[in-house]
Amino acid sequence: MSSPSQSSAALATGSAVAPPAPPARRGVFARLVRRPLAILGIVIILVTVGGALFAPYLTAFTPNDQMFDGLTLEGAPMPPGEKFLLGTDLLGRDLLTRILYGARTSLIIGVVANGIALTIGTLIGVTAGFYRGWIGTILMRFTDLMMAFPALLLAICLAAILSPSLWIVAMVIALVNWVQTARVIYTETSSLSRREFIEAERSMGAGTPRILFRHILPHLLPTIIVWGTLGISTTVLLEATLSYLGVGVQPPTPSWGNIIFENQTYFQAAPWLVFFPGAAILALALAFNLVGDALRDILDPTQTGRM
Amino acid sequence: MKAFLTSTALALTLGLAAGVSAPALAQDKGSAETTPATYQPDPNAKEGDSIVITYKDDVSTLDPAIGYDWQNWSMIKSLFDALMDYEPGTTELRPALAERYEISDDGTVFTFHLKSGVKFHNGREMTAEDVKYSLDRVTNPKTQSPGAGFFGSIAGYDDVAGGTAETLSGVEVVDPQTLKITLSRPDATFLHVMALNFASVVPQEAVEEWGADFGHHPVGTGAFKLADWTIGQQLVFEKNEDYWRDGVPYLDQITFEIGQEPIVALLRLQKGEVDIPGDGIPPAKFQEVMADPEQKARVVEGGQLQTGYITMNVTMPPFDQKAVREAVNMAINKDRIVQMINNRAIPANQPLPPTMPGYDKSFEGYAYDPEKAKAMLAEAGFPDGFETELYVMNTDPNPRIAQAIQQDLSEIGIKASIQSLAQANVISAGGAKDQAPMIWSGGMAWIADFPDPSNFYGPILGCAGAVPGGWNWSWYCNEDLDKQAAEADSIVDPARQDERAKMWSDVYAKVMADAPWVPVFNEQRFTMKSPRMGGADNLYVDPVHIPINYDYVYVK
Amino acid sequence: MLAYVARRLVQSVLILLGVSLITFALLYILPADPVRQIAGRSATPQTVENIRRQLGLDQPFLVQYWHYLTGLVQGDFGRSYLQRTEVIDLIVARLPASLLLMAGAIVCELVLGLTMGLVAALKRGTATDQALMVSSFVGVSAPQFVVGLLLLYVFAVRLSWFPIGGYGTIWHLVLPSLTLGILGAGWYSRMMRSSMVDVLRQDYIRTARAKGLKRLTIILRHALPNAILPVIAMIGIDIGIFMSGIVVVESVFGWPGIGQLAWQAIQRVDIPIIMGVTLVSACAIVLGNFVADLVTPFIDPRIKLQ
Repeated sequence: MSSPSQSSAALATGSAVAPPAPPARRGVFARLVRRPLAILGIVIILVTVGGALFAPYLTAFTPNDQMFDGLTLEGAPMPPGEKFLLGTDLLGRDLLTRILYGARTSLIIGVVANGIALTIGTLIGVTAGFYRGWIGTILMRFTDLMMAFPALLLAICLAAILSPSLWIVAMVIALVNWVQTARVIYTETSSLSRREFIEAERSMGAGTPRILFRHILPHLLPTIIVWGTLGISTTVLLEATLSYLGVGVQPPTPSWGNIIFENQTYFQAAPWLVFFPGAAILALALAFNLVGDALRDILDPTQTGRM
Repeated sequence: MKAFLTSTALALTLGLAAGVSAPALAQDKGSAETTPATYQPDPNAKEGDSIVITYKDDVSTLDPAIGYDWQNWSMIKSLFDALMDYEPGTTELRPALAERYEISDDGTVFTFHLKSGVKFHNGREMTAEDVKYSLDRVTNPKTQSPGAGFFGSIAGYDDVAGGTAETLSGVEVVDPQTLKITLSRPDATFLHVMALNFASVVPQEAVEEWGADFGHHPVGTGAFKLADWTIGQQLVFEKNEDYWRDGVPYLDQITFEIGQEPIVALLRLQKGEVDIPGDGIPPAKFQEVMADPEQKARVVEGGQLQTGYITMNVTMPPFDQKAVREAVNMAINKDRIVQMINNRAIPANQPLPPTMPGYDKSFEGYAYDPEKAKAMLAEAGFPDGFETELYVMNTDPNPRIAQAIQQDLSEIGIKASIQSLAQANVISAGGAKDQAPMIWSGGMAWIADFPDPSNFYGPILGCAGAVPGGWNWSWYCNEDLDKQAAEADSIVDPARQDERAKMWSDVYAKVMADAPWVPVFNEQRFTMKSPRMGGADNLYVDPVHIPINYDYVYVK
Repeated sequence: MLAYVARRLVQSVLILLGVSLITFALLYILPADPVRQIAGRSATPQTVENIRRQLGLDQPFLVQYWHYLTGLVQGDFGRSYLQRTEVIDLIVARLPASLLLMAGAIVCELVLGLTMGLVAALKRGTATDQALMVSSFVGVSAPQFVVGLLLLYVFAVRLSWFPIGGYGTIWHLVLPSLTLGILGAGWYSRMMRSSMVDVLRQDYIRTARAKGLKRLTIILRHALPNAILPVIAMIGIDIGIFMSGIVVVESVFGWPGIGQLAWQAIQRVDIPIIMGVTLVSACAIVLGNFVADLVTPFIDPRIKLQ
């Protein structure tokens, strides 16, 4: 895992010292699979996607079935065993089944929320960076404003107002998460649009759409891909956190976060109820981080920074 | 009801003294001449020593006109006194700051003769003027008391509440030791009202000195004084050496440590660092404690004047059909829900909890019968069920209980989607006429303010509560029953109290015939004490001094 | 320089104003009525309206916001609806606990992160390097509530090395700080590694090596100080992450800080408290970013203040 040499402070301050990245090169995938950690990440992601897609075939139970024999007479959950591989939760539902179906929640939110966030961030970043002037100033000041919000508090307030469903949670997360992308894209766009080849295009009378779509966006693509991948990890974690606080995805829809929320009072007596879903969250977030990091090295050897 | 919301632990740890004979309490009220207190001092009680009690949530205020939380309810009872009180550990009324009282034959005039020589913590003697001031203050809208509505039967209440008068015309100081209160209607519950925290006597000079901060500098006549308060960390109560009741309190000092998770509190109790975990035994530790005979011996179990229920909004189709509501009543497997919360509750079949006068033992309610429920739904025109929403507060275990309810409903074809929201949002949804078809009351459930059957009717089942922003979430309004309830509450004659209780049983039986609620369970409270703590068990699960009666417990 | 600081200060004030406006608006449209929470269940509609009028909650949005703002300018955060206490008192009472937790977290993330990063840089390309960098990713990917519960389970429940939550002694501080700091440790180890690798490539290090100085001397005396500075400049940025983290960590460990205060207030729409905590957090975040931006040019001359 070779590390870029640029000081990361550059990114944090939003100042443009990094030269723009070259457009994506072919063979990214081939280079990706040469890295063991990236392979690990890809495998975890594939396993999760497979688990989510084929959940009905992988388990004999359904996620919301509160089974009579899923609880002891005193109302305690069953430990992992032959019938319930990972045990049962406090409602007598099969934990493995809930984790498998919970993967759907995590993946849907990861992809959808992150997709929206990426779109908003890119739009704002490109617009602000390309037009600069007062539009750029307003947009970037607004971005600064969003940076100053305690993100989790904002998300909780939004969730409280919008009464959460799967899609609302995705939207709330997107509304909180686009800021970082916007800042990175802004930095890159503004330095790109100052470069000679763009100036040349402009002087030759190329229209704005042509410059944007033919020249700026292709150059931004690597960054978008890298941030898109890394962002999924953040999104998965934020969804889990919201659900853990009880303001995320509504029950009985399983989410790795709300499985822990529902069962944590028992974590001393039945730690598996917390640690299996916890491990799942960690693994998926880790996988997207590993792949994202590898992509960053491949696509954009000059960039580094925080998600 | 107390605003007992908040922590996860709470929802499962509330409760009261089952060993106590509550049904007798109604007879005591309204007696024209009362006998002195029947409480016998504990012969083993020892004076002195100090104890440590923990709570999770912050104590918000100790102003008796405002405090309405789990933590501050019993603290305020130990700092302040009202005219009336209850026998320790029971629900039996007894006179407190009033030495005795008389009630006019029509039940509208109460004359209280105050004890003489009772001193506030600031040394001044308490008089009838103070009582009048306190009642004026609690009903004044500027005080923003959540308990103001309890005093609605005092003549002149409407003027004060409406802001057109500063003082209650029905409260009259006859002489420094005598106070005459005139009611605008006979009110059988009035003596209970005068025992509420909200009726506590406060000294005007201290209230005016501290203004809005009186709640942090409480001055009362109670058994303890506030010695120190570090916000968010701890409160220290000190014995009031001049307390007007002889012999009590036994303890010299109580330290309340705040911000302690119930689970931490219990571990510290096991290590001997804590004497009483104020929030009870947390679910996760329950089985471990009950499995150890030594620890189990120190567990105190009590019932509680509480009912957990599902409301169905009778103005929203299809719940406007009685058959549908009855079907839902038969669909809920209460035994399984109780099992799910470690059997720390008793399945319920009527609104009143078992220890409340008026509870009907012979009432059968709706038995669990999903087959019949399904048939009834089909007959009502829903052979395939229907879709609806179930609102629930988003702290554990409520979303879990809602999911159990959801599964039961799905058995008869009703697809209820869960709306798990912050408490305030659920309350607002319930108070809007067409928003919440079903609500599970857990975490916001009704806990009686005083041990009287009327307390479960007015705001939550009567027409008065079925208004926008009200607490009657089923929007059930039966004017005939309102009349019958009013009639029952006008019976002040002590000789007719059995009749009154019967009338109330009848009211609730008729409510259940219309089935606006599914009563699900009555919570049991389980708490624990350190080996050195002494005093009768019922003091630790006191039904009125919830959760603990600090004045009468002692260190062995 | 002075002009820059002045401009940034003005910007900061505007940002805080924006934060207050947005939060106030969000709470205004919240489908929950704080007055019902205050008035209690026995209240008549008349009482409710009376209280609403007294609190000024019957006023139009902009009037309410203006009142709040004018109060704020005079240092008045308002009174909690339900706790009936000055919000500023509640925050002041709980802020030390949160600050302590953050200080603990900073120590944890620096000690862990810098050490890991340093070792990885020195052992570049080895298995140790790989293992450390994977661990740093695990730290970044671990949900804080899971880390907290795991640490509690292993070190407090099973091993009894630390108390199971609570507040008071240095022992209570260890697990929550670690939980809050692990995320940052992941970041810092990666930054430290790249910063160190960067420095080791510089000419003066080569010169020092050529002069025959001992490897340890070079690393400690010359490379380390230069490599650490840009990393430390990032602490200001952490405040934002901490402000989100404390809500979760304080809830897992029962830590009596402002995160718990905010969480309880949100449950009961105690608007003045939510506003107060949000603004205090936003202030801290803005200040943190400001300081980070201010010190960066001194540390890394390639960056200029704009």
